[in-house]
Amino acid sequence: MSETSDGIGGLTFDKSKKSWPNELNVLLALFIIVAVFEILGQLLPYMNDQSFLFDTRGRFDSIFNEARLQIIILQVAIIGIIALGATQVILTAGIDLSSGPLVAATAMIAMSFGQTELVNGNPNPKAVFGVWAMDLPVIVPIAIGLMFGAFIGFINGTFVAFFRIPPFIATLGMFLICRGIALWWSGGRPVSFPTESYKFLGSGMMPVVWFLALAAIFHVILKYTVYGKHTYAIGSNEEAARMSGINVKRHKVLVYMVASMLAAFAGVVLSAKASTAQAGMGEFYELFAIAMAVIGGISLTGGRGSIIGTVLGAMVLGVIRSGFTFIKLDGSYQLMAMGGIIIAAVVLDQYRQRNRT
Amino acid sequence: MDNDIVLKTEDLTKHYGGVHALEGANFEMKKGEHVAIMGDNGAGKSTFVRQITGVEQRTRGKVFFYGDEVNFAGPLDAREAGIETVFQTLALADDLNVPDNLFLGREKTKWNFLGPFRFLDYKAMHADTMAGLEKTGVKIPNIRNTIANMSGGQRQCVAIARTATFASKLTIMDEPTAALGVQETAQVENIIRTLKEADEPLILVSHNMRQVMELVDRIIVFRRGRMVANLNVNETNGEDVVSYITGAKTGAEFEGAA
Repeated sequence: MSETSDGIGGLTFDKSKKSWPNELNVLLALFIIVAVFEILGQLLPYMNDQSFLFDTRGRFDSIFNEARLQIIILQVAIIGIIALGATQVILTAGIDLSSGPLVAATAMIAMSFGQTELVNGNPNPKAVFGVWAMDLPVIVPIAIGLMFGAFIGFINGTFVAFFRIPPFIATLGMFLICRGIALWWSGGRPVSFPTESYKFLGSGMMPVVWFLALAAIFHVILKYTVYGKHTYAIGSNEEAARMSGINVKRHKVLVYMVASMLAAFAGVVLSAKASTAQAGMGEFYELFAIAMAVIGGISLTGGRGSIIGTVLGAMVLGVIRSGFTFIKLDGSYQLMAMGGIIIAAVVLDQYRQRNRT
Repeated sequence: MDNDIVLKTEDLTKHYGGVHALEGANFEMKKGEHVAIMGDNGAGKSTFVRQITGVEQRTRGKVFFYGDEVNFAGPLDAREAGIETVFQTLALADDLNVPDNLFLGREKTKWNFLGPFRFLDYKAMHADTMAGLEKTGVKIPNIRNTIANMSGGQRQCVAIARTATFASKLTIMDEPTAALGVQETAQVENIIRTLKEADEPLILVSHNMRQVMELVDRIIVFRRGRMVANLNVNETNGEDVVSYITGAKTGAEFEGAA
């Protein structure tokens, strides 16, 4: 199909600018960071010529270090699931700070319905409820977790959209409330001994499967459905969206619900992976999720960015984390480096915005 | 009621608290007619438009559209009834492309059973966009381009092309060329002429005397919230209109109004 309209209008406009997709920038940054660690592995005296991701000396089956890549993705997968939701909220020019504590609260609540009755022949010592809540089909804890997430998201969205509370404040309040719920749920005691099918949700590479499958689904949703189009439209120009007849308030509530349900699901997977749920889980997860989105090119002013960007942003954080471990620098340096990269990403976004026509 | 009348208002009034922004406007326009609304800043032009298009709710009065009394709860209602408005602020989403903007809020979809997650029919929207742009004579190099990458004239054309794409029954333009250069203004004026040839009724809010004299059939002048003149373009001139705008003259039938 032709891209140019051949009207009778007599004007020729200045040639349209081909825009360079932001995702490529993130991919480029990813390659550069990998290359830096690769070079550091060769140069640093205490590294003994170790390779990071690519090896030319035939020490692995292939030149590619798949094991390390798997670990990198596994480490970011659960926060990545939250980041998929954070992406959508940020696309509407909002923010969701409540996702980290929501992970903990959902983990506690969901696992309470996913416990096994007998541990080595003895009654489950960490039982939250009676026998009626034991050995339920795994769909029950998942459904309860998602419902709880949807409820929290509904409240977030309602306060943001209908009561016009700034998203930062509304979700900051929910941040504390959810942490409180997590502590209150079992009086601060951890919930443990889940059923085998519950454990399976987080076993092995399952978190990666969930992350990539959900990323694919939401990529399609954001790009090809009305939900996605309205999400971009609201973040791009809320007034225009309203004038065009989009029910902006209802849509925002829906976006916050979807985001919180993703965070809730991340909580289920996290507790399944750890085989336990604790009230202190998911600390800083909301910030890392937002960081992944921002590094991936999701504009904090809304309307621009994509799920692919967020997945790449998650990979950038994962590679940095793994790389710092690789060159034997501890967590303090990792945090400083991540902080620097987040600021750089926002500066880049601002720069791009200023240079728009 | 006579079906030749596209739009009719009776005693249309809007007060913002104690401010009488619009007072007792009786307006009428026929099919195929192009009417200009003129007046100084704050004379009530935009207020008048906002009452008709449902952006605001009137304090008092009646609006008839093609003979039926209408009460639009919002701009979408008005749009569904067939009133397309090009707003002073463009009401385009900068990060979306041309078809996305044309169909914003009324997307063509498939698999509607998916509710809010129903799929967009990009192909149909693309085709309709091309048809709409051709109808209005709007030339845009690449309709997949986002609005952010377009010039002011192109943006205005996109906003106007909406009206053609959706076969509107009445087009309202609120100062469509206020922010445009000479060439771009010519482009927009060409579109307005195209609409005239197609017998599409139009209300044009404008400050530009030359433009108004060239393009429309009738000029309505507002002053301090009231209609003060209803002039046939062939029976008046720029000087005359200015004296109505500034208050040196008031139309005979509007005596005592302002």
